[in-house]
Amino acid sequence: MKKKDVILISVVLVIALISFGILKFMQKDGKEVIVTMNGKMVYTTDLREDQVYKIPVKDGENVMEISDGKVRMKKADCPDQICKHHRAIEKSGETIVCLPHKVVIEISSDTKEQELDGITR
Amino acid sequence: MTKRVAADGLFISLSLVVSYIEVMLPIPLGIPGVKIGLANAVIMVLLFFSTWQRALGISVLRIVLAGFLFGNPMTIVYSLAGGVLSLFVMVILKKMEEFSAVGISVGGGVAHNLGQLTVAVLLMENAKIYYYAPVLLITGTIAGIAIGALTGVLIKKMPKQLF
Ligand SMILES: [Zn+2]
Repeated sequence: MKKKDVILISVVLVIALISFGILKFMQKDGKEVIVTMNGKMVYTTDLREDQVYKIPVKDGENVMEISDGKVRMKKADCPDQICKHHRAIEKSGETIVCLPHKVVIEISSDTKEQELDGITR
Repeated sequence: MTKRVAADGLFISLSLVVSYIEVMLPIPLGIPGVKIGLANAVIMVLLFFSTWQRALGISVLRIVLAGFLFGNPMTIVYSLAGGVLSLFVMVILKKMEEFSAVGISVGGGVAHNLGQLTVAVLLMENAKIYYYAPVLLITGTIAGIAIGALTGVLIKKMPKQLF
């Protein structure tokens, strides 16, 4: 290894740790679960409502499960099975991605109710 | 010429074998793009002993073949974006002549992950996935150090006549 190698590695790790810290700092308790396919929202629900939801994927299957305020991909028939391995998510900003099926499950800290409150007020 | 074609066949087979090993040993974090990148050792050896054009050709062939043979044809485009960007960064770092195989490999690993992530953001039309950037920076660095060290050994031990 050369000196420049060490500098490069340190710079990358420092950038990673700082951005990691910023993301963690901005994280709040999750309230809403949003499911998107091809960038379009197909389903949204409350994180506190335990349920099993079958995502309407063409030629495939993705089933998401919400229990105890956590979301996970319960079933998936995608070739890589990466989404199924993701740990359950619960904080705002966290996502589970299924690249082959172009599905993203994300958690937001806002809820529909808050938005509605804002409008009625 | 014949010797070169035979050698290229050998490099492609070798990179396919290591790609297959990686498919058998996934890293179960559930995050797309987290991998060791063993095939990059083959690409880097080519970069050191031969030309970047040859490394690029073999890298692209490897990704397409691996995608159809035992990977996932739908994700070839992600791998290609990662592979090409990674090679581009490694060629530049090598030209600078300030980095050893480890530094070059770390640059390549990080570029690979960020390239793949960016294509994922574009194709899925969802920028929220950038949430994975810090993790991918760290895993790309660790994998890059390991593959760079391996490449360093290979460069010392491999017979130059092979190229
Ligand atoms: Zn999946």
